[in-house]
Amino acid sequence: MTKTYYSQSHEYVSVEDGVATIGITHYAQSQLGDIVFVELPETGRGFKQGDEAAVVESVKAASEVYTPIAGETTEMNEDLAANPALANEDPEGAGWFFKQTITNEDELTKLMDRAQYDAFVKENQ
Amino acid sequence: MLNNKGRVTRPQESTDDHIETQDSYSGHKGLLMNEPLLFEVGGLDKTGVDLPDCSETENMLGGLERAGEIGLPGLSEPEAVRHYVRLSQQNYAIDSGFYPLGSCTMKHNPRLNEKMARLPGFTDIHPLQPQSSVQGALQLMEQLSHWLLELTGMEAIALSPKAGAHGELCGMMAIKAALEAADSSRNIVLVPESAHGTNPATAAQLGFKVASIPADADGTVRAHAVQTAIEENGAETIAGIMLTNPNTCGLFEREIKAIADAVHEAGGYFYCDGANFNAIMGRVRPGDLGVDAMHFNLHKTFSTPHGGGGPGSGPVVLSQRLSAFAPVPFLQKSDDGLTLIEHEDGDDTEAEPFGRLTAFHGQMGMYVRALSYILSHGLDGLAQASGDAVLNANYVRAKLKHLLNQPFGDQACMHEVLFDESSLAGTGVTTLDIAKRLIDEGFHPMTIYFPLVCKGAMLIEPTESESQASIDLFVETLASLIEEAKAGETEEAFHQAPVHTPRRRLDETAAARKPILRFESSSN
Amino acid sequence: MRYLPHTESTRQAMLDTIGVASIEDLFEQAGTPQEQPPTSLPPHKSEMEVEQHLSQLSGLNRAAGDGPFFVGCGAYRHHVPASVDHLIQRSEFLTSYTPYQPEISQGTLQYLFEFQTQVANLLGSEIANASLYDGSTGCGEAVLMAHRITRRKKALLSGNLHPHYASVVKTLSHMSSFQVDQSEVVAGQSATDDLIAKIDDETSCVVVQTPDVFGSLYDLKPIAEAAQAKGALLIAVVTEVVSLGAVQAPGDMGADIVIAEGQSIGNGLNFGGPYLGLFACRQKYVRQMPGRVCGETIDADGKRGFVLTLSTREQHIRREKATSNICTNSGLCCLAFSIHMTLLGERGMKKLAALNHSKAVQLSKALSNIDGVEIINQSFFNEFTVRLKQSAEQTVETLVKKNILAGVPASRLWPDRPDVENLLIIAATETVSDDHINELCAELKEALNA
Repeated sequence: MTKTYYSQSHEYVSVEDGVATIGITHYAQSQLGDIVFVELPETGRGFKQGDEAAVVESVKAASEVYTPIAGETTEMNEDLAANPALANEDPEGAGWFFKQTITNEDELTKLMDRAQYDAFVKENQ
Repeated sequence: MLNNKGRVTRPQESTDDHIETQDSYSGHKGLLMNEPLLFEVGGLDKTGVDLPDCSETENMLGGLERAGEIGLPGLSEPEAVRHYVRLSQQNYAIDSGFYPLGSCTMKHNPRLNEKMARLPGFTDIHPLQPQSSVQGALQLMEQLSHWLLELTGMEAIALSPKAGAHGELCGMMAIKAALEAADSSRNIVLVPESAHGTNPATAAQLGFKVASIPADADGTVRAHAVQTAIEENGAETIAGIMLTNPNTCGLFEREIKAIADAVHEAGGYFYCDGANFNAIMGRVRPGDLGVDAMHFNLHKTFSTPHGGGGPGSGPVVLSQRLSAFAPVPFLQKSDDGLTLIEHEDGDDTEAEPFGRLTAFHGQMGMYVRALSYILSHGLDGLAQASGDAVLNANYVRAKLKHLLNQPFGDQACMHEVLFDESSLAGTGVTTLDIAKRLIDEGFHPMTIYFPLVCKGAMLIEPTESESQASIDLFVETLASLIEEAKAGETEEAFHQAPVHTPRRRLDETAAARKPILRFESSSN
Repeated sequence: MRYLPHTESTRQAMLDTIGVASIEDLFEQAGTPQEQPPTSLPPHKSEMEVEQHLSQLSGLNRAAGDGPFFVGCGAYRHHVPASVDHLIQRSEFLTSYTPYQPEISQGTLQYLFEFQTQVANLLGSEIANASLYDGSTGCGEAVLMAHRITRRKKALLSGNLHPHYASVVKTLSHMSSFQVDQSEVVAGQSATDDLIAKIDDETSCVVVQTPDVFGSLYDLKPIAEAAQAKGALLIAVVTEVVSLGAVQAPGDMGADIVIAEGQSIGNGLNFGGPYLGLFACRQKYVRQMPGRVCGETIDADGKRGFVLTLSTREQHIRREKATSNICTNSGLCCLAFSIHMTLLGERGMKKLAALNHSKAVQLSKALSNIDGVEIINQSFFNEFTVRLKQSAEQTVETLVKKNILAGVPASRLWPDRPDVENLLIIAATETVSDDHINELCAELKEALNA
């Protein structure tokens, strides 16, 4: 059973069997434009909630990706590193950024669910 | 996250077949020659120089001889001349047309400057030959310094910075050195939101924390906003402020003296980005406004050529409070003439240089050109030039204000005028499209990727070099394009422009995803 | 005023269109202070008067071409073909700006792409950027880049790195709170033991110049291996790029980043600037590389074209998170370099290097016959160091009165080191004639016997 949470800085966390998969939302990629490069965290790096974990570069701009929850990186998406366009084409699927452990389940509760996030995006447009 | 400002250019799919241009057999189009890469036409066995033969000598290379091919194809002189002349013909330039690129001051580059810079006594002297043998060069540096100090009302000068951003680094280093000398831990630098990106980049590189100040509805920074920022951060943390004046929207910061007072009162320094000095030279002295450090762009204000992106030159003037902290080398007068102090403990004065920014003495070639320009103009000419620059920008404003929106209202501007794309709303046409159509009309577009404070910026800087007729044609052309866009029947023509250029819109996404930064013989 | 197109009547017509009475009124409306600044600056001059004034200043300098000339140490006098200066003065090269509108800047962009390829090949690296201000600022940027890549904060400099380059690195490092360590100065030898011993787990990069400031050449392989074994990068610095026509390229010897002063090719001495910073590195570091880069792509018709790329790293967009604060490259100096290199070609470059080396060997042999002159280099390209029996600085001053520029006294670079007081650094390029060598030897002999 997968449950997905969203942050105000437009990252998502999909939790399945205690492992978190993190990436940027469909809305985020649409705002960034053509993504040309992603810099992903190496395995084993530890983060606090809100740490800068990755960088995403579009033709327009470079932006930071913050991890919405604390944890340690367990895997990065090698396919995405080789083909950054995946983050445009399928951001919440094949275009995920990295996986990490979940240090504190409570942090998830401070994030938004899909409906809340959709409302948040609409409000901020 | 979501830094969605900045620029994008990726060509759209063409839906309109008639726009496809007919290729010629040769690839040339009349006067416009298609030119292959050097690596496709040159040969490893070709050369365009004849060197004297050298006698076989003992080898002292220590066993490190290069073996094998370097990969440097050559051309004979006639082939080389043709290669580069054909490349040059694919460039737009001030000499060929109107170039109203805001914040870049694309003014005429007098040819006297070029002739003077090539005098052997300037171009063929070495930075480390005895100073007694280069007194003329030191006098030239001294004379240029005198002009720059008088025009700004400042105390000391650092000539060596190699470009505007380097000058900015120099000025902020002087501030940091002054703070260190006073054992101060102040580390907050105030930067307005509208500032050029180099300002926060420079402050961050030196370990300062950047605190952003909002601009007022009229596009300028208000003294009370600065005061609020000082209070929020605590006066004792304020290292200084970085302000561009005239600012990046072409407006004079009306409250600049009050802002300087507030920062000084807090104990900080005032760095002024002098990129737009062309608007006020000979009329307003930054020293009188409370500025502590300011860089020039000799390649903007003082007509040294932009050269396709450099070399620049960015001397920095310093107030009395900062005058001791200029980097080496600096000039000192004595009975024997002029001396260039090259080492940090190399003199017995009060100077406390913070270090060195470049191996030698800076951009001598640019000093000669700038002084040649300054002497030609004189004080009266410089004031007339800044007056004409401001006149021209306001003339453009007056002619276009009914068609285009000014993000901060209709008010007198300095040497450049800022419009945004809001009056194009609903047309499907953007500032980028207007710019590309201007290219087809034979103009270099205005600055469109900057400033980031408004959407679809059009920053137009005519400079003093343009005649009324030249400005009129540009303004009328731009007006006709805006009207065409609003009429709404030719949207696709806007998206497909330019079509009369050596290349059409280029795919920047592909370039950035898989960077090809050098020729590989397999890639053709 | 000859540079201003308006007449009084056009000014008035334009003011009428704006709806103000005078230019002064415009300034007042824009909010500038109205008091006239007090100043004693003179009024405008005719072209003839400016030319006379500047020619007089130029005439006070002893130009390199006026007689025997042996000065080097980071800037070298070479013959530049006449077509180079002619071509760089083409209006379309000279008076264009940074190629932000690629459709009307393909000329600049294509020569930058060609330049990047020439530089990468010459330095033996995978890629190169579109140049930085000069070699010394490039060296500073390379150190900052190594810190970003290794996430370490300590640079280790060779003692025989040009002291002004070391100063630039130290100034930048001090200002950004980075550390700098340096090995001992060992004039005349390519000694690396002390340098290698100083590499530790905190070292981000080792900076080695070859030929070094005294002219000695280095095998970089052992230093590269030692640095890389500790997780540090090797930054190689070349201040005389003509040497690369004769000796192995630093990139080929394992340097991760190669910095060079490109002035020797296509550019004059110009009293220190403008010069040309060459910057090359491994492909994998491309997104950490400072400065502008030009890349190949296609246009809407599918034709090959060029653009500035990877610009998201720049301050325009990243602001306080930018890779560096650099905006400009050294455009026209790149062009001069690239044209000169194209004229030379592979054959010309190798021959030019051979000619330089043979002149220097010839000079060293002639000097070694003089009593009180000892050549201290074990290896060199076109520059070497001699130990005189007396102060090098005084000897240079004596010789300049005889119209000979004999070289750079080491004390000019290290004023506080008595141990280098008698060392003179002498360069010989292809511009040195047999007569110049004979004159230098004769006058030096006399100066040493005085």
